[in-house]
Amino acid sequence: MAENALLTAPVSKLKQLLLDRTVSSEELTEAYLAQIAAENASLNAVVTVCAEEALASARNADAQIARGTTRSLTGIPLLHKDIFCTEGVRTTCGSRMLESFVPAYDATVVTKMKAEGAVMLGKCNMDEFAMGSSNETSFFGPVRNPWDLSCVPGGSSGGSAAALASGMAPLVTGTDTGGSIRQPASLCGVTGLKPTYGRVSRLGIIAFASSLDQAGPMARTAEDCALALTAMSGIDPGDSTSADIPVPDFHSALSTDVNGLRIGLPREYFNDDLDSRVRENVMAALAELERAGAILHDVDLPHSHFAIATYYVIAPAEASANLARYDGVRFGYRCDAPADLEDLYQRSRSEGFGEEVQRRILVGTYALSAGFYDAYFNKAQQVRRIITEDFQRAFEQVDVIACPAAPGVAFPFGSKQQDPIAMYMEDIYTLAVNLAGLPGLSTPAGLIDGMPVGLQLIGKPFDEQTILNAAFRLQNDTDWHLACPDLASLSS
Amino acid sequence: MNWEIVMGLEVHLQLATQSKIFSGSSTQFGASPNVQADAVDLGMPGMLPVLNEEAVRHAVTFGLGIGARIGHRSVFDRKNYFYPDLPKGYQVSQFFAPIVCEGIFEVPLENGSLYPIRITRAHLEEDAGKSVHDEFAHETGIDLNRAGTPLLEIVTEPDFRSAEQAVAYLKALHSLVTYLGISDGNMAEGSMRCDINISLRKKGSDELGTRTEIKNVNSFRFVERAIYSEYERQAEILESGGAITQETRLYDADRDTTRSMRSKEVANDYRYFPEPDLLPIVIDEAYIDAVRQSLPELPTAKRERFLAEYGVSEYAASLLVPNHDMADYFESVAKASGASKLAANLILGDLTAALNRHELSITESPVSAERLGGLVSRVEDGTLSSKLAKQVFDALWEGEGDADQIIAARGLKQVSDSSALEAMVTEVIANNPDQVAQYIAADEAKRKKLSGFFVGQIMKASKGQANPQMINQLLLEKLESQS
Repeated sequence: MAENALLTAPVSKLKQLLLDRTVSSEELTEAYLAQIAAENASLNAVVTVCAEEALASARNADAQIARGTTRSLTGIPLLHKDIFCTEGVRTTCGSRMLESFVPAYDATVVTKMKAEGAVMLGKCNMDEFAMGSSNETSFFGPVRNPWDLSCVPGGSSGGSAAALASGMAPLVTGTDTGGSIRQPASLCGVTGLKPTYGRVSRLGIIAFASSLDQAGPMARTAEDCALALTAMSGIDPGDSTSADIPVPDFHSALSTDVNGLRIGLPREYFNDDLDSRVRENVMAALAELERAGAILHDVDLPHSHFAIATYYVIAPAEASANLARYDGVRFGYRCDAPADLEDLYQRSRSEGFGEEVQRRILVGTYALSAGFYDAYFNKAQQVRRIITEDFQRAFEQVDVIACPAAPGVAFPFGSKQQDPIAMYMEDIYTLAVNLAGLPGLSTPAGLIDGMPVGLQLIGKPFDEQTILNAAFRLQNDTDWHLACPDLASLSS
Repeated sequence: MNWEIVMGLEVHLQLATQSKIFSGSSTQFGASPNVQADAVDLGMPGMLPVLNEEAVRHAVTFGLGIGARIGHRSVFDRKNYFYPDLPKGYQVSQFFAPIVCEGIFEVPLENGSLYPIRITRAHLEEDAGKSVHDEFAHETGIDLNRAGTPLLEIVTEPDFRSAEQAVAYLKALHSLVTYLGISDGNMAEGSMRCDINISLRKKGSDELGTRTEIKNVNSFRFVERAIYSEYERQAEILESGGAITQETRLYDADRDTTRSMRSKEVANDYRYFPEPDLLPIVIDEAYIDAVRQSLPELPTAKRERFLAEYGVSEYAASLLVPNHDMADYFESVAKASGASKLAANLILGDLTAALNRHELSITESPVSAERLGGLVSRVEDGTLSSKLAKQVFDALWEGEGDADQIIAARGLKQVSDSSALEAMVTEVIANNPDQVAQYIAADEAKRKKLSGFFVGQIMKASKGQANPQMINQLLLEKLESQS
């Protein structure tokens, strides 16, 4: 098999090659490490490479394969978003604050992937503390979109999406607080799944907004996402908000049967504000599912226009507390020669955090302040409930809700960075899903002017299977998910 | 001008749990700095709290112990402020929905009456760490061993009108929580710390004055002195026409004054909001019933029972009951001897004196309840006089065996054989003719006094072993027959 074909093969295919002993995990790992070495200078998708550790665990995986004691991901290379704590491996969260932070523990997701035999190649760049939709807020510099190096990859899991799309790994992890898996998946032409809140443990994931954060996989196919989700999921006694709900084997339960599947199209999303070309692509994808037997319905999410305002109160409020621990006292960035305690706090935080992070801490602090709590935080919590109820009502009529994953294709660097509101609008189709705690995925739905567009499928709580099945069927009937950027031209 | 003092108390009670409220670290006191702080306690990135069920049970136990309403759905909140010994930059507490809601706590006062104090609420929270200012020059050390220790903050309504009531409340609270086994109540180690909200108003007024809060007072005596001192300070300001500034003050025991810590203008805005990392605590009736079933006998009930069952005095009960171990000890002695009043006297007399002298607690007593019971029995059955009892007690304390062994070894048995006693009496009368003559000449009042001389001589001759009641009787008979 040609090197290039290995780099664009899905995990399901690589598993087969490993078990057939057509390729060893060590060879696979070397191939991906070589691709990172070749392409990362132009893409900046990976911030830490663990070559030696990766090769050692690849050899270990090969031994497992030889012994016939394999697990679901034995020998499969993967990259983790740099928000997952990794024991002994620097974990930066894209911030100067944690530029040299080396955790003494693995996140539960990392532990689980390890236990399933996956080989960690390194850590992916990301928006600082996962705050951003373009990967321009990273202290380690912006990530470039492999489809067009002058464009953003989306965010905050932009490094993960770009690495995946450029063949640096067949599987990556991300986190999604307001669209941070689905939007970059859409902009980079890969499949990204945000599971139901509580499906995947948050222990060891550096917190942005605790009631919204959720980890999930990004891969080339829905099938691979199903495989990875099964590995990542499950109740964790170390995370009180992880759900005590049985985890199905999403992979073996995959089905192409969408006959009679009721897909709801929210009128509020398919309105005049929707870019006509995005609409065209999304509708073309839905027409495929309709051909396969699904039934399209209009549904209402009457309060969806409150989602951005609601999100930008709750998420910054939680973040303002979650990021208070970065005070220069015990770990992380500490300013030089602090004059006193006040100075230590002010300069460590002013110098250690970037602009967007500081903006959100200030917004969140304001929203929680005496006299504003009821008007902002409390009100936002109430609206959050109403938004959740909107979805509950819609799901009485349909099994899946469909809409775009992002309002457009990847945009050029700098085009939205000076206008936070324009940037926040990037997540207009994804935020409500986090507020309601629902599972959502983005699957490729063709290109616009050579740039990928994603279809978002939203499921009922803990019903990831249904949206995975719909995407699986779509990917069975179309080849949009197979589209790749021209890797050969990348480094040139 | 006559001022009435109005106070409410907030007590931070350290709950006796094996591990911290949100982590698996030990809560043991006195370890080297920072060895009992794990990644959760240090507020490391990605770490999450997991609620310790034992702390919840202790809180519910307390609520039922004071007859308060238990919150069926209580919620943790984040209290946000920056301080170096607060690792996460917020303290996890309960602000909007506490686990223990309103209740009334009947506080026994010295005069034997009960004084009802309204409990506003009691909520669970984590303790902060400790800043160490005196060990390093120009630097502050931080010890996070205490960070995450479970606390129950118990808040009262402003129902106190005197320092005595406040101290009585704290003592009763201390007694209750040690009875319930939810705290060691060790004030010296900070297991029970008190904040006093205090204001003055003209006698007869219904309005509340501006209050100050005295923080972190950690002994009954300091509470009393802090209140007196703050009363004086506020009264002086008000009498000279001034106004009280609402502020937080600290009690300085060395100078016996309170001093300002921070005023309200610069007070923190804590920006409370629900802690998203923890689920609400949901407590159903079955859980409450199970905890209720497991409640021990509480101090008030025990006091009543001691009065009725053992016939001890109110005073003795007020000393025996507050300390759970003391009460247990007493019951064991009373049961072993069948002589409860004598038992109470010996415990509150010789035993307490010896324990105080050696700075021992009742559980550290070298004399077991069983052995003290043996001694009480020998007094009760007349084997020992109270004088001999003291000797035997001292020998028990020194570990010379049980009471009967000591009596036998020392030959301390009280002589109650009338023929032997009669011989002693006869001899004393024969040896002291002058005193006998004085006795015969004396009137009734003087005779009593003189007879003491003869008794004393006999006791001396018998090394204290003569039965004093019988001696008295025989002596009287003999002397009467001489006159």
